[in-house]
Amino acid sequence: MWVYEKKLQYPVKVSKCDTRMAKFLTEQYGGADGELSAALRYLNQRYTIPDRVIGLLTDIGTEEFAHLEMIATMVYKLTKDANAHQMMTAGLGAHYANHDKALYYNNAEGVPWTASYIQAKGDPLADLYEDIAAEEKARATYQWLIDMTDDVDLQDSLKFLREREIIHALRFREAVEIIKADREQKKVY
Amino acid sequence: MDEQPLQEDRPTGSAQPASANFETYRRELEQLQKIDFVLYELTLYLDTHPTDMQAIQQYNQLTQSRKSMAQAFELKFGPLMAYGQSFTRYPWQWIQTPWPWQV
Repeated sequence: MWVYEKKLQYPVKVSKCDTRMAKFLTEQYGGADGELSAALRYLNQRYTIPDRVIGLLTDIGTEEFAHLEMIATMVYKLTKDANAHQMMTAGLGAHYANHDKALYYNNAEGVPWTASYIQAKGDPLADLYEDIAAEEKARATYQWLIDMTDDVDLQDSLKFLREREIIHALRFREAVEIIKADREQKKVY
Repeated sequence: MDEQPLQEDRPTGSAQPASANFETYRRELEQLQKIDFVLYELTLYLDTHPTDMQAIQQYNQLTQSRKSMAQAFELKFGPLMAYGQSFTRYPWQWIQTPWPWQV
């Protein structure tokens, strides 16, 4: 089971209302390489991965939900003081018509999240390589997002998330090596 | 939202006067976030390096410090968790603001 903790993993501050950045940030909320996809991908793969890697998938999958909450906090803070006109000029008119300022699991272009963003092959190496690729893609997206804003407070939180993707990819690479080594050992006996 | 005083709707029996403590709240929350970050890093590291004795010692030491730090934080600012993981005063403190995105 999961137990919620009433705090963010890392502080999220924004220095201004910025509806355009809010729109771009939703890529990491409900996009293909976003945090929702990441959490669901890893937690779902746990059931068929070798025992040695279940802990890692559980812990990284859980952290992704903490990141999802950070992204939601950014979008919330960037839009909470915006009026309808500011939403429209940021390209969020269609979103506003449907959702007001409610968050929704879609990508930056407004395409709703879909399960086809995530893979589950049942083959440990195929799944882990998918996970490594997902982390690298998310890292790249965070870099593009950092490049698009001059809000240093927002950049600070985004840089934290970018660094986490690097660590996750590193741990998944180690998991690949662990599985390979286990296979080699089995051949010896 | 940054100006919102903490626990403004908190009744008597709450730990601290509302106005004084928003900055304290933020500062102590950050201390907790810092130690939790190290523990999170150690957790992922140990997931793939389970026989690193030094990391395990560090993990257990920091877990000890984290426990007392979280307990002190909760005494002042209310529970971090529900479901029997944290104590509560009267009335039920879990539902009181601020929620993480309101800080």
